[in-house]
Amino acid sequence: MSYKIVASQCTGCSACEPECPNVAITEKNGTFIIDPEKCTECIGYFDTPQCVAVCPVDDTCVIDNAVPRYQAA
Amino acid sequence: MEGLIEQPEAETAEATTAMDDIMQKMAEHKGCGTSGGSGKASCGSGAGETDLPPEIWEKVKNHPCYSEEAHHHYARMHVAVAPACNIQCNYCNRKYDCANESRPGVVSERLTPEQATKKVLAVASTIPQMTVLGIAGPGDALANPAKTFKTFEMIMETAPDIKLCLSTNGLALPDYVDEIAKYNVDHVTITINMVDPEVGAKIYPWIFWEHKRVTGVEASRILSERQLKGLEMLSERGILCKVNSVMIPGINDEHLVEVNKAVKSRGAFLHNIMPLISAPEHGTVFGLNGQRGPSAQELKALQDACEGEMNMMRHCRQCRADAVGLLGEDRSAEFTTEKIMEMDVQYDLSSRQAYQAKVEEERQATVSAKKEELESLAGEFTDIKILVAVATKGGGRINEHFGHAKEFQVYELSTEGAKFVGHRRVDLYCQGGYGEEDALETVIRAIQDCTAVFVSKIGGCPKNDLIKAGIDPVDQYALEFIEKSAIAYFKDYLAKVKSGEIEHSERADATIRQGAYIAA
Repeated sequence: MSYKIVASQCTGCSACEPECPNVAITEKNGTFIIDPEKCTECIGYFDTPQCVAVCPVDDTCVIDNAVPRYQAA
Repeated sequence: MEGLIEQPEAETAEATTAMDDIMQKMAEHKGCGTSGGSGKASCGSGAGETDLPPEIWEKVKNHPCYSEEAHHHYARMHVAVAPACNIQCNYCNRKYDCANESRPGVVSERLTPEQATKKVLAVASTIPQMTVLGIAGPGDALANPAKTFKTFEMIMETAPDIKLCLSTNGLALPDYVDEIAKYNVDHVTITINMVDPEVGAKIYPWIFWEHKRVTGVEASRILSERQLKGLEMLSERGILCKVNSVMIPGINDEHLVEVNKAVKSRGAFLHNIMPLISAPEHGTVFGLNGQRGPSAQELKALQDACEGEMNMMRHCRQCRADAVGLLGEDRSAEFTTEKIMEMDVQYDLSSRQAYQAKVEEERQATVSAKKEELESLAGEFTDIKILVAVATKGGGRINEHFGHAKEFQVYELSTEGAKFVGHRRVDLYCQGGYGEEDALETVIRAIQDCTAVFVSKIGGCPKNDLIKAGIDPVDQYALEFIEKSAIAYFKDYLAKVKSGEIEHSERADATIRQGAYIAA
């Protein structure tokens, strides 16, 4: 249902935080995390997930397989 | 660590061809720009009080990045409040550090606007000649508008005498020009590496634009359009604009002459062409694919080619986004957040002004000494030009020991006078991680295009090695003004050439050290 941020890859640059239409991204211990309860994979807002598009390090914002994919209502 | 990275040897054949092309462009370009006559000698960021309109002089006279003259006397600081970026550059690797404009990996800590303000006040109280605060990243100042402008707002309230400036890649610039004007930010630096999107596509893999990642030529087309529009808007409002360009041999080196024309026509005040910093250790695209940086001669040839009516900056140290101090020194370690929070800071404007008045006297003395010496050169005409390296701690004087120099300033001497044309980083020769022999070789490679090196003091061993390398070690002008001494040396040099005591010859190229400037 959500994207997640790979903490070991995250530079903590904060670029993703203001781009998230769901305000799901916050800082925690110098890197950023996505609240899976709030993330909609940007479905309904944008064609591409904003965190993925803006992140300067490839493969850092990735689908979290631990939770089911988001289904638009 | 960065300081230890060796630059791969330049490929000579390739370098020569590039040089020829640049010289050709230079010849073509001269016609459209050179102001000629006496203006030429003082052209460049060396432009002084008599070369500039009074309102501009007022803005640049104590800004070390905008005035070569000021950079000997006044200090600047950057606060790292802007970590996010909206574009990707092939010379930057955000995972470790950004090698050119700013270096997040070596920004020791990011600051909130509140912490940044406290830091500015602490530095301003400790270093009264600190006159300029810049926000240069470690990402892009305007990709973090809330943090950037909050910081400016707080500093404007508490330390109104400090000049504010920012640097940006320009993508968001047109949206914030009004806000920039509102906070009296009167110096803005835009990094413009191309005006041709085809060239840009080799430098920028993507931009984040209107909620999408845009790639290829289209990305550079948008970026270029926004950069030039932003520059025009700043010029209209009378905000001084410096353009930074990273010289990337084989990609945009020749093209930068076009960039120079484009930004000049849109009102840019100063053009700063910087060498690419590139090594595999940086993990950048250019570092990993073996893209080399320019040699000292290539860089100077391009800067000379662009120096017409446009002021060229040659004293840029490509510093970190949290640098503190005179250009070429970094005192950021004295001002960590931990230390600042313990400091009891009293912002004392009047003592700062009193100190700066003394700095101003010293600056004036430097200028008159140069003028006086220059007058004694009048009547001499020759096309001989030589470069000299100078060890200095600032204040416009030859006041550094050869073995303690972290960098050498390079002056070009001709019958037109002494002109600052660059600087060379060297490892600390006395304390470098190398054996002394290797360290000395590194220094010689960095200044081997120079005829002499001016120092306050030098030991016997390095003296002999320098002489062997054809570099004249000069300590007779210890603690004297740089330009005055350089002109005096040049007069002697010409006299010796005339009398046949020495033979003037062209010198070899020199190496530009890789890595942004970090004090050891």
